[in-house]
Amino acid sequence: MSTSVGTNRVKRGMAEMQKGGVIMDVVNAEQAKIAEAAGAVAVMALERVPSDIRAAGGVARMADPTVTEEVLNAVSIPVMAKARIGHIVEARVLEAMGADYIDESEVLTPADDIYHIDKNDFTVPFVCGCRNLGEALRRIGEGASMLRTKGEPGTGNIVEAVRHMREVQTQIRQVQSMAKDELMVYAKETGAPYELLLQIQEEGRLPVVNFAAGGIATPSDAALMMELGADGVFVGSGIFKSDNPEKFARSIVEATTHYQDYELIAKLSKDLGTAMPGLEMSSLQEQDRMQDRSE
Amino acid sequence: MTTIGVLGLQGAIREHVRSIEACGKEAVIVKKPEQLEEVDGLILPGGESTTMRRLIDRYNFFEPLQQFGKAGKPIFGTCAGLILLASDIEGQNDAHLGLMDMTVARNAFGRQKESFEVPVEIKGVAEDFEAVFIRAPYILEVKADTEVLGVYDGKIVAAQQGHLLATAFHPELTDDHRLVQHFVEMVDQANGNKLASV
Repeated sequence: MSTSVGTNRVKRGMAEMQKGGVIMDVVNAEQAKIAEAAGAVAVMALERVPSDIRAAGGVARMADPTVTEEVLNAVSIPVMAKARIGHIVEARVLEAMGADYIDESEVLTPADDIYHIDKNDFTVPFVCGCRNLGEALRRIGEGASMLRTKGEPGTGNIVEAVRHMREVQTQIRQVQSMAKDELMVYAKETGAPYELLLQIQEEGRLPVVNFAAGGIATPSDAALMMELGADGVFVGSGIFKSDNPEKFARSIVEATTHYQDYELIAKLSKDLGTAMPGLEMSSLQEQDRMQDRSE
Repeated sequence: MTTIGVLGLQGAIREHVRSIEACGKEAVIVKKPEQLEEVDGLILPGGESTTMRRLIDRYNFFEPLQQFGKAGKPIFGTCAGLILLASDIEGQNDAHLGLMDMTVARNAFGRQKESFEVPVEIKGVAEDFEAVFIRAPYILEVKADTEVLGVYDGKIVAAQQGHLLATAFHPELTDDHRLVQHFVEMVDQANGNKLASV
Protein backbone atom coordinates (compact mmCIF):
# COMPACT_ATOMS: atom_id res chain seq x y z
CA MET A 1 0.00 0.00 0.00
CA SER A 2 1.67 3.22 -1.12
CA THR A 3 0.25 6.58 -0.15
CA SER A 4 1.27 9.50 -2.38
CA VAL A 5 0.87 13.19 -1.52
CA GLY A 6 1.24 16.15 -3.88
CA THR A 7 0.55 14.20 -7.07
CA ASN A 8 -0.85 16.02 -10.10
CA ARG A 9 -4.15 14.25 -9.55
CA VAL A 10 -4.39 15.44 -5.96
CA LYS A 11 -3.26 19.00 -6.76
CA ARG A 12 -5.36 19.47 -9.90
CA GLY A 13 -8.27 17.59 -8.31
CA MET A 14 -8.48 20.17 -5.54
CA ALA A 15 -9.17 22.84 -8.20
CA GLU A 16 -11.73 20.56 -9.89
CA MET A 17 -13.71 20.61 -6.64
CA GLN A 18 -13.87 24.41 -6.80
CA LYS A 19 -15.58 24.44 -10.19
CA GLY A 20 -18.72 26.49 -10.60
CA GLY A 21 -17.80 28.40 -7.47
CA VAL A 22 -16.59 31.81 -6.36
CA ILE A 23 -13.30 32.45 -4.58
CA MET A 24 -13.31 35.69 -2.61
CA ASP A 25 -10.49 37.99 -1.48
CA VAL A 26 -10.60 38.64 2.27
CA VAL A 27 -8.32 40.60 4.59
CA ASN A 28 -9.47 39.34 8.00
CA ALA A 29 -11.46 36.65 9.83
CA GLU A 30 -14.68 38.64 9.78
CA GLN A 31 -14.65 38.99 5.99
CA ALA A 32 -13.71 35.32 5.64
CA LYS A 33 -16.79 34.32 7.65
CA ILE A 34 -19.03 36.55 5.53
CA ALA A 35 -17.59 34.95 2.39
CA GLU A 36 -18.10 31.42 3.74
CA ALA A 37 -21.67 32.19 4.80
CA ALA A 38 -22.40 33.60 1.36
CA GLY A 39 -21.34 30.30 -0.22
CA ALA A 40 -17.77 31.02 -1.38
CA VAL A 41 -15.91 27.81 -2.29
CA ALA A 42 -12.65 29.26 -0.96
CA VAL A 43 -11.18 32.50 0.29
CA MET A 44 -7.98 34.25 -0.70
CA ALA A 45 -6.29 35.66 2.37
CA LEU A 46 -4.36 38.87 1.77
CA GLU A 47 -3.37 42.04 3.55
CA ARG A 48 -4.98 44.43 1.10
CA VAL A 49 -7.37 43.89 -1.81
CA PRO A 50 -5.98 44.78 -5.26
CA SER A 51 -7.66 48.18 -5.50
CA ASP A 52 -6.04 49.20 -2.20
CA ILE A 53 -2.68 47.82 -3.34
CA ARG A 54 -3.08 49.93 -6.45
CA ALA A 55 -3.93 53.02 -4.39
CA ALA A 56 -1.14 52.48 -1.86
CA GLY A 57 1.64 51.97 -4.40
CA GLY A 58 5.08 50.78 -3.29
CA VAL A 59 6.08 47.12 -2.99
CA ALA A 60 3.26 44.65 -2.31
CA ARG A 61 4.38 41.45 -0.56
CA MET A 62 2.95 38.26 0.91
CA ALA A 63 0.50 39.10 3.70
CA ASP A 64 1.64 39.20 7.32
CA PRO A 65 1.31 35.56 8.51
CA THR A 66 -0.96 36.83 11.31
CA VAL A 67 -3.61 37.69 8.70
CA THR A 68 -3.27 34.34 6.90
CA GLU A 69 -3.37 32.44 10.19
CA GLU A 70 -6.45 34.35 11.37
CA VAL A 71 -8.27 33.43 8.17
CA LEU A 72 -7.08 29.79 8.29
CA ASN A 73 -8.58 29.50 11.76
CA ALA A 74 -11.82 31.29 10.92
CA VAL A 75 -13.31 29.08 8.18
CA SER A 76 -13.64 25.43 7.15
CA ILE A 77 -13.52 26.11 3.40
CA PRO A 78 -10.10 26.10 1.69
CA VAL A 79 -7.84 29.10 2.18
CA MET A 80 -5.62 30.38 -0.61
CA ALA A 81 -2.85 32.94 -0.21
CA LYS A 82 -0.69 35.00 -2.53
CA ALA A 83 3.10 34.86 -2.94
CA ARG A 84 5.14 37.18 -5.12
CA ILE A 85 6.11 35.82 -8.54
CA GLY A 86 9.39 33.96 -8.20
CA HIS A 87 9.46 34.26 -4.41
CA ILE A 88 10.26 30.68 -3.47
CA VAL A 89 10.50 31.44 0.24
CA GLU A 90 7.16 33.24 0.55
CA ALA A 91 5.60 30.21 -1.14
CA ARG A 92 7.41 27.80 1.22
CA VAL A 93 6.24 29.84 4.22
CA LEU A 94 2.62 29.69 3.03
CA GLU A 95 2.95 25.95 2.43
CA ALA A 96 4.36 25.45 5.92
CA MET A 97 1.49 27.46 7.42
CA GLY A 98 -1.03 25.16 5.77
CA ALA A 99 -2.45 27.37 3.01
CA ASP A 100 -4.49 25.09 0.73
CA TYR A 101 -3.51 26.80 -2.52
CA ILE A 102 -0.88 29.39 -3.41
CA ASP A 103 -1.51 32.12 -5.94
CA GLU A 104 1.80 33.11 -7.55
CA SER A 105 0.35 36.48 -8.31
CA GLU A 106 1.10 39.53 -10.41
CA VAL A 107 -1.07 41.51 -7.98
CA LEU A 108 1.97 41.53 -5.71
CA THR A 109 5.23 43.11 -6.85
CA PRO A 110 7.29 40.39 -8.59
CA ALA A 111 10.35 39.20 -6.68
CA ASP A 112 11.92 37.76 -9.83
CA ASP A 113 11.45 39.49 -13.18
CA ILE A 114 12.59 36.48 -15.22
CA TYR A 115 11.71 33.20 -13.51
CA HIS A 116 8.56 31.85 -11.96
CA ILE A 117 8.67 29.35 -9.08
CA ASP A 118 9.27 25.68 -9.95
CA LYS A 119 5.89 24.65 -8.66
CA ASN A 120 6.38 20.95 -9.43
CA ASP A 121 8.66 20.88 -6.44
CA PHE A 122 5.86 21.74 -3.96
CA THR A 123 3.25 19.54 -2.27
CA VAL A 124 0.77 22.42 -2.09
CA PRO A 125 -0.88 23.30 -5.43
CA PHE A 126 -0.50 26.65 -7.22
CA VAL A 127 -2.78 28.85 -9.28
CA CYS A 128 -1.25 31.30 -11.78
CA GLY A 129 -2.54 34.02 -14.07
CA CYS A 130 -2.49 33.86 -17.88
CA ARG A 131 -3.38 36.10 -20.80
CA ASN A 132 -3.03 33.58 -23.61
CA LEU A 133 -2.42 29.89 -24.29
CA GLY A 134 1.37 30.15 -24.38
CA GLU A 135 1.46 31.74 -20.95
CA ALA A 136 -1.09 29.22 -19.63
CA LEU A 137 0.95 26.26 -20.80
CA ARG A 138 4.26 27.67 -19.56
CA ARG A 139 2.73 27.94 -16.10
CA ILE A 140 1.39 24.37 -16.31
CA GLY A 141 4.86 23.28 -17.45
CA GLU A 142 6.26 24.85 -14.29
CA GLY A 143 3.70 22.92 -12.27
CA ALA A 144 0.66 25.19 -11.88
CA SER A 145 -2.40 23.04 -11.04
CA MET A 146 -4.98 25.73 -11.75
CA LEU A 147 -5.13 28.81 -13.97
CA ARG A 148 -7.00 32.08 -13.93
CA THR A 149 -7.17 34.96 -16.35
CA LYS A 150 -5.00 37.86 -15.26
CA GLY A 151 -7.53 40.49 -16.22
CA GLU A 152 -6.57 43.81 -14.70
CA PRO A 153 -6.95 43.46 -10.92
CA GLY A 154 -8.44 46.18 -8.76
CA THR A 155 -10.03 48.08 -11.65
CA GLY A 156 -13.62 46.81 -11.53
CA ASN A 157 -13.30 46.70 -15.33
CA ILE A 158 -14.04 43.32 -16.90
CA VAL A 159 -12.58 44.04 -20.34
CA GLU A 160 -9.14 42.52 -19.77
CA ALA A 161 -10.48 39.32 -18.18
CA VAL A 162 -12.79 38.92 -21.18
CA ARG A 163 -9.88 39.48 -23.55
CA HIS A 164 -7.74 36.88 -21.78
CA MET A 165 -10.48 34.25 -21.55
CA ARG A 166 -11.36 34.67 -25.23
CA GLU A 167 -7.71 34.60 -26.27
CA VAL A 168 -7.12 31.25 -24.54
CA GLN A 169 -10.31 29.73 -25.99
CA THR A 170 -9.53 30.96 -29.53
CA GLN A 171 -6.00 29.63 -29.37
CA ILE A 172 -7.20 26.22 -28.14
CA ARG A 173 -9.42 26.01 -31.22
CA GLN A 174 -6.52 27.06 -33.47
CA VAL A 175 -4.28 24.38 -31.97
CA GLN A 176 -6.97 21.77 -32.53
CA SER A 177 -7.02 22.50 -36.25
CA MET A 178 -3.23 22.53 -36.70
CA ALA A 179 -1.17 19.86 -38.44
CA LYS A 180 1.50 18.20 -36.29
CA ASP A 181 4.33 19.97 -38.16
CA GLU A 182 2.70 23.36 -37.53
CA LEU A 183 2.48 22.59 -33.84
CA MET A 184 6.24 22.66 -33.25
CA VAL A 185 6.54 26.12 -34.80
CA TYR A 186 3.57 27.24 -32.70
CA ALA A 187 5.42 25.90 -29.64
CA LYS A 188 8.48 27.92 -30.64
CA GLU A 189 6.51 31.10 -31.23
CA THR A 190 4.41 30.97 -28.07
CA GLY A 191 6.90 29.35 -25.72
CA ALA A 192 4.34 26.64 -24.91
CA PRO A 193 5.70 23.16 -24.11
CA TYR A 194 5.19 20.95 -27.19
CA GLU A 195 3.88 17.96 -25.21
CA LEU A 196 1.16 20.09 -23.64
CA LEU A 197 0.14 21.37 -27.08
CA LEU A 198 -0.20 17.78 -28.26
CA GLN A 199 -2.44 17.10 -25.29
CA ILE A 200 -4.57 20.20 -26.02
CA GLN A 201 -4.93 19.09 -29.62
CA GLU A 202 -6.19 15.72 -28.53
CA GLU A 203 -8.53 16.79 -25.74
CA GLY A 204 -9.62 20.22 -26.95
CA ARG A 205 -9.28 21.73 -23.49
CA LEU A 206 -6.75 22.75 -20.88
CA PRO A 207 -5.55 19.95 -18.57
CA VAL A 208 -6.36 22.10 -15.50
CA VAL A 209 -9.31 24.30 -14.60
CA ASN A 210 -9.28 27.94 -15.67
CA PHE A 211 -11.08 30.53 -13.54
CA ALA A 212 -11.83 34.13 -14.40
CA ALA A 213 -10.15 36.88 -12.38
CA GLY A 214 -9.27 40.54 -12.56
CA GLY A 215 -12.03 43.12 -12.75
CA ILE A 216 -15.23 41.22 -11.87
CA ALA A 217 -17.50 43.80 -10.19
CA THR A 218 -21.13 42.65 -10.63
CA PRO A 219 -23.19 39.40 -10.70
CA SER A 220 -23.55 39.90 -14.46
CA ASP A 221 -19.77 40.13 -14.83
CA ALA A 222 -19.42 36.77 -13.08
CA ALA A 223 -22.12 35.21 -15.27
CA LEU A 224 -20.48 36.65 -18.40
CA MET A 225 -17.19 34.96 -17.55
CA MET A 226 -18.97 31.63 -17.00
CA GLU A 227 -20.74 32.09 -20.35
CA LEU A 228 -17.33 32.58 -21.98
CA GLY A 229 -16.13 29.25 -20.60
CA ALA A 230 -14.62 30.07 -17.20
CA ASP A 231 -14.74 27.18 -14.71
CA GLY A 232 -15.45 29.59 -11.85
CA VAL A 233 -14.56 33.10 -10.72
CA PHE A 234 -12.28 34.97 -8.37
CA VAL A 235 -13.68 38.19 -6.98
CA GLY A 236 -11.11 40.50 -5.48
CA SER A 237 -11.93 44.06 -4.62
CA GLY A 238 -15.54 43.79 -5.87
CA ILE A 239 -17.18 42.38 -2.77
CA PHE A 240 -15.78 44.20 0.21
CA LYS A 241 -15.55 47.48 -1.69
CA SER A 242 -19.29 47.39 -2.37
CA ASP A 243 -21.96 48.96 -0.15
CA ASN A 244 -23.47 45.69 1.06
CA PRO A 245 -20.82 42.92 1.03
CA GLU A 246 -23.11 40.13 2.36
CA LYS A 247 -25.74 40.63 -0.28
CA PHE A 248 -23.19 41.28 -2.96
CA ALA A 249 -21.29 38.09 -2.17
CA ARG A 250 -24.47 35.96 -2.19
CA SER A 251 -25.57 37.47 -5.48
CA ILE A 252 -22.23 36.74 -7.16
CA VAL A 253 -22.36 33.12 -5.95
CA GLU A 254 -25.87 32.59 -7.28
CA ALA A 255 -25.17 34.32 -10.60
CA THR A 256 -22.16 32.04 -11.08
CA THR A 257 -24.19 28.86 -10.40
CA HIS A 258 -27.11 29.91 -12.59
CA TYR A 259 -25.24 31.97 -15.16
CA GLN A 260 -27.80 31.34 -17.89
CA ASP A 261 -30.86 32.13 -15.77
CA TYR A 262 -31.29 35.77 -16.78
CA GLU A 263 -34.47 36.42 -14.84
CA LEU A 264 -32.67 35.31 -11.72
CA ILE A 265 -29.65 37.49 -12.50
CA ALA A 266 -31.98 40.46 -12.97
CA LYS A 267 -33.43 39.77 -9.54
CA LEU A 268 -29.99 39.32 -7.99
CA SER A 269 -28.75 42.59 -9.46
CA LYS A 270 -31.51 44.71 -7.91
CA ASP A 271 -30.73 47.11 -5.10
CA LEU A 272 -27.16 45.98 -4.66
CA GLY A 273 -26.09 49.53 -3.97
CA THR A 274 -23.04 50.98 -5.58
CA ALA A 275 -20.54 48.56 -7.07
CA MET A 276 -16.88 49.39 -6.63
CA PRO A 277 -15.82 52.43 -8.64
CA GLY A 278 -14.24 51.31 -11.92
CA LEU A 279 -11.11 52.34 -13.78
CA GLU A 280 -10.93 52.79 -17.55
CA MET A 281 -7.94 50.95 -19.05
CA SER A 282 -6.65 53.97 -20.96
CA SER A 283 -6.36 55.86 -17.66
CA LEU A 284 -3.75 53.35 -16.45
CA GLN A 285 -0.08 54.17 -16.95
CA GLU A 286 2.01 51.39 -18.43
CA GLN A 287 3.78 50.79 -15.12
CA ASP A 288 0.40 50.41 -13.39
CA ARG A 289 -0.70 47.47 -15.53
CA MET A 290 -0.35 44.48 -13.18
CA GLN A 291 -0.99 41.97 -15.98
CA ASP A 292 2.25 42.97 -17.73
CA ARG A 293 4.40 42.25 -14.69
CA SER A 294 5.26 38.73 -15.85
CA GLU A 295 5.38 36.65 -18.99
CA MET B 1 -33.42 3.95 -20.35
CA THR B 2 -32.03 4.47 -16.89
CA THR B 3 -31.20 8.12 -16.24
CA ILE B 4 -28.84 9.24 -13.51
CA GLY B 5 -28.67 12.82 -12.31
CA VAL B 6 -25.70 14.75 -10.98
CA LEU B 7 -26.56 17.56 -8.57
CA GLY B 8 -25.31 20.52 -10.60
CA LEU B 9 -24.89 23.29 -8.07
CA GLN B 10 -21.10 23.28 -7.70
CA GLY B 11 -18.12 20.93 -7.92
CA ALA B 12 -16.85 18.10 -10.10
CA ILE B 13 -20.02 17.72 -12.15
CA ARG B 14 -18.58 17.08 -15.61
CA GLU B 15 -16.41 14.19 -14.34
CA HIS B 16 -19.39 12.34 -12.89
CA VAL B 17 -21.35 12.85 -16.10
CA ARG B 18 -18.45 11.27 -17.98
CA SER B 19 -18.40 8.28 -15.60
CA ILE B 20 -22.14 7.71 -15.90
CA GLU B 21 -21.93 7.83 -19.68
CA ALA B 22 -18.94 5.48 -19.64
CA CYS B 23 -21.21 3.02 -17.78
CA GLY B 24 -23.72 3.25 -20.64
CA LYS B 25 -26.38 5.32 -18.88
CA GLU B 26 -27.87 8.69 -19.61
CA ALA B 27 -26.65 11.56 -17.39
CA VAL B 28 -28.58 14.69 -16.48
CA ILE B 29 -27.20 17.73 -14.66
CA VAL B 30 -29.80 18.61 -12.04
CA LYS B 31 -29.93 22.36 -11.44
CA LYS B 32 -33.60 22.69 -10.45
CA PRO B 33 -35.59 20.57 -7.93
CA GLU B 34 -38.25 19.62 -10.49
CA GLN B 35 -35.58 17.82 -12.53
CA LEU B 36 -35.36 15.20 -9.76
CA GLU B 37 -38.54 13.70 -11.16
CA GLU B 38 -36.74 12.84 -14.39
CA VAL B 39 -33.96 10.78 -12.82
CA ASP B 40 -33.78 7.26 -11.35
CA GLY B 41 -30.71 7.87 -9.22
CA LEU B 42 -28.64 10.85 -8.12
CA ILE B 43 -24.96 11.58 -7.55
CA LEU B 44 -23.97 14.29 -5.07
CA PRO B 45 -20.55 15.29 -6.44
CA GLY B 46 -17.40 16.40 -4.73
CA GLY B 47 -17.05 20.12 -4.10
CA GLU B 48 -17.48 22.33 -1.07
CA SER B 49 -20.22 20.99 1.21
CA THR B 50 -20.90 24.38 2.84
CA THR B 51 -21.34 26.02 -0.58
CA MET B 52 -23.60 23.23 -1.81
CA ARG B 53 -25.73 23.40 1.32
CA ARG B 54 -26.24 27.17 0.88
CA LEU B 55 -27.34 26.63 -2.70
CA ILE B 56 -29.54 23.66 -1.73
CA ASP B 57 -31.37 25.90 0.73
CA ARG B 58 -31.64 28.86 -1.57
CA TYR B 59 -33.18 26.87 -4.39
CA ASN B 60 -35.53 24.80 -2.21
CA PHE B 61 -33.72 21.58 -2.95
CA PHE B 62 -33.66 20.38 0.65
CA GLU B 63 -37.06 18.70 0.95
CA PRO B 64 -37.11 17.30 -2.61
CA LEU B 65 -33.67 15.74 -2.02
CA GLN B 66 -34.76 14.20 1.29
CA GLN B 67 -37.94 12.85 -0.30
CA PHE B 68 -35.92 11.45 -3.20
CA GLY B 69 -33.82 9.44 -0.74
CA LYS B 70 -36.73 8.45 1.48
CA ALA B 71 -38.64 7.18 -1.56
CA GLY B 72 -35.90 4.58 -1.98
CA LYS B 73 -34.26 6.17 -4.99
CA PRO B 74 -30.49 5.56 -4.94
CA ILE B 75 -28.08 8.38 -4.06
CA PHE B 76 -24.29 8.25 -4.28
CA GLY B 77 -22.33 10.96 -2.42
CA THR B 78 -18.62 11.52 -2.96
CA CYS B 79 -16.61 13.58 -0.44
CA ALA B 80 -18.82 16.67 0.01
CA GLY B 81 -21.71 14.43 -1.06
CA LEU B 82 -20.89 12.02 1.78
CA ILE B 83 -21.10 14.92 4.25
CA LEU B 84 -24.47 15.97 2.82
CA LEU B 85 -25.83 12.41 3.25
CA ALA B 86 -24.64 11.82 6.82
CA SER B 87 -27.03 11.75 9.79
CA ASP B 88 -24.38 13.21 12.12
CA ILE B 89 -21.40 15.51 11.63
CA GLU B 90 -18.73 15.72 14.31
CA GLY B 91 -18.65 19.10 16.07
CA GLN B 92 -21.88 20.35 14.48
CA ASN B 93 -25.36 20.30 15.96
CA ASP B 94 -27.08 19.99 12.62
CA ALA B 95 -26.45 17.56 9.82
CA HIS B 96 -27.53 18.23 6.23
CA LEU B 97 -29.82 15.73 4.47
CA GLY B 98 -29.36 13.19 7.28
CA LEU B 99 -30.35 10.25 5.09
CA MET B 100 -27.56 7.83 5.91
CA ASP B 101 -26.93 6.54 9.42
CA MET B 102 -23.32 7.45 10.13
CA THR B 103 -21.19 10.05 11.89
CA VAL B 104 -18.62 11.83 9.72
CA ALA B 105 -15.70 14.16 10.43
CA ARG B 106 -15.00 16.98 7.97
CA ASN B 107 -11.50 17.73 6.58
CA ALA B 108 -10.47 14.83 8.76
CA PHE B 109 -7.25 13.94 6.94
CA GLY B 110 -5.95 17.51 7.21
CA ARG B 111 -5.43 20.39 4.84
CA GLN B 112 -4.62 20.26 1.12
CA LYS B 113 -0.92 19.50 1.57
CA GLU B 114 -1.91 16.34 3.45
CA SER B 115 -4.23 15.25 0.62
CA PHE B 116 -3.20 11.97 -1.03
CA GLU B 117 -4.01 9.05 -3.27
CA VAL B 118 -3.79 5.38 -2.38
CA PRO B 119 -5.20 2.05 -3.61
CA VAL B 120 -8.07 0.91 -1.35
CA GLU B 121 -10.04 -2.33 -1.30
CA ILE B 122 -13.76 -1.74 -1.78
CA LYS B 123 -15.84 -4.73 -0.70
CA GLY B 124 -17.63 -6.34 -3.61
CA VAL B 125 -16.38 -3.68 -6.04
CA ALA B 126 -12.59 -3.64 -6.40
CA GLU B 127 -9.47 -4.91 -4.65
CA ASP B 128 -7.34 -1.94 -5.56
CA PHE B 129 -9.47 1.11 -6.24
CA GLU B 130 -7.36 4.23 -6.96
CA ALA B 131 -8.77 6.45 -4.23
CA VAL B 132 -8.03 10.19 -4.46
CA PHE B 133 -8.55 12.01 -1.13
CA ILE B 134 -8.77 15.81 -1.22
CA ARG B 135 -9.24 17.59 2.11
CA ALA B 136 -11.35 14.54 2.65
CA PRO B 137 -13.76 13.61 5.41
CA TYR B 138 -14.01 10.11 6.84
CA ILE B 139 -16.70 8.13 8.61
CA LEU B 140 -16.15 7.94 12.36
CA GLU B 141 -18.92 5.44 12.96
CA VAL B 142 -21.57 3.60 10.98
CA LYS B 143 -24.96 3.09 12.59
CA ALA B 144 -28.11 1.02 12.06
CA ASP B 145 -27.61 -1.19 8.97
CA THR B 146 -25.00 0.98 7.27
CA GLU B 147 -22.30 -1.35 5.96
CA VAL B 148 -18.59 -0.56 5.76
CA LEU B 149 -17.25 -1.06 2.23
CA GLY B 150 -13.75 0.37 2.51
CA VAL B 151 -11.19 1.21 5.17
CA TYR B 152 -7.90 3.10 4.89
CA ASP B 153 -5.48 3.49 7.79
CA GLY B 154 -8.16 2.33 10.21
CA LYS B 155 -10.65 4.93 8.98
CA ILE B 156 -13.91 4.14 7.19
CA VAL B 157 -13.81 5.71 3.72
CA ALA B 158 -16.66 3.95 1.89
CA ALA B 159 -20.06 2.73 3.08
CA GLN B 160 -23.45 1.65 1.86
CA GLN B 161 -26.88 1.59 3.47
CA GLY B 162 -29.34 -0.08 1.14
CA HIS B 163 -29.87 2.34 -1.74
CA LEU B 164 -27.40 4.92 -0.37
CA LEU B 165 -23.68 4.86 -1.22
CA ALA B 166 -20.94 7.18 0.04
CA THR B 167 -17.19 7.54 -0.41
CA ALA B 168 -14.77 9.95 1.26
CA PHE B 169 -12.64 9.95 -1.90
CA HIS B 170 -13.25 11.00 -5.50
CA PRO B 171 -13.82 8.18 -7.99
CA GLU B 172 -14.69 10.88 -10.54
CA LEU B 173 -11.05 12.02 -10.68
CA THR B 174 -9.92 8.68 -12.11
CA ASP B 175 -10.81 6.63 -15.17
CA ASP B 176 -11.83 3.77 -12.88
CA HIS B 177 -15.59 3.54 -13.31
CA ARG B 178 -16.17 0.46 -11.12
CA LEU B 179 -17.79 2.37 -8.26
CA VAL B 180 -20.14 4.24 -10.57
CA GLN B 181 -20.88 0.89 -12.24
CA HIS B 182 -21.76 -0.47 -8.79
CA PHE B 183 -24.07 2.51 -8.27
CA VAL B 184 -25.63 2.01 -11.70
CA GLU B 185 -26.44 -1.56 -10.66
CA MET B 186 -28.04 -0.24 -7.46
CA VAL B 187 -30.20 2.07 -9.59
CA ASP B 188 -31.18 -0.73 -11.95
CA GLN B 189 -32.05 -2.90 -8.98
CA ALA B 190 -34.19 -0.15 -7.48
CA ASN B 191 -35.91 0.14 -10.83
CA GLY B 192 -36.71 -3.54 -10.67
CA ASN B 193 -34.97 -4.22 -13.94
CA LYS B 194 -31.89 -5.89 -12.63
CA LEU B 195 -31.48 -7.97 -15.76
CA ALA B 196 -31.09 -4.87 -17.92
CA SER B 197 -27.70 -4.17 -16.40
CA VAL B 198 -26.17 -7.53 -17.29
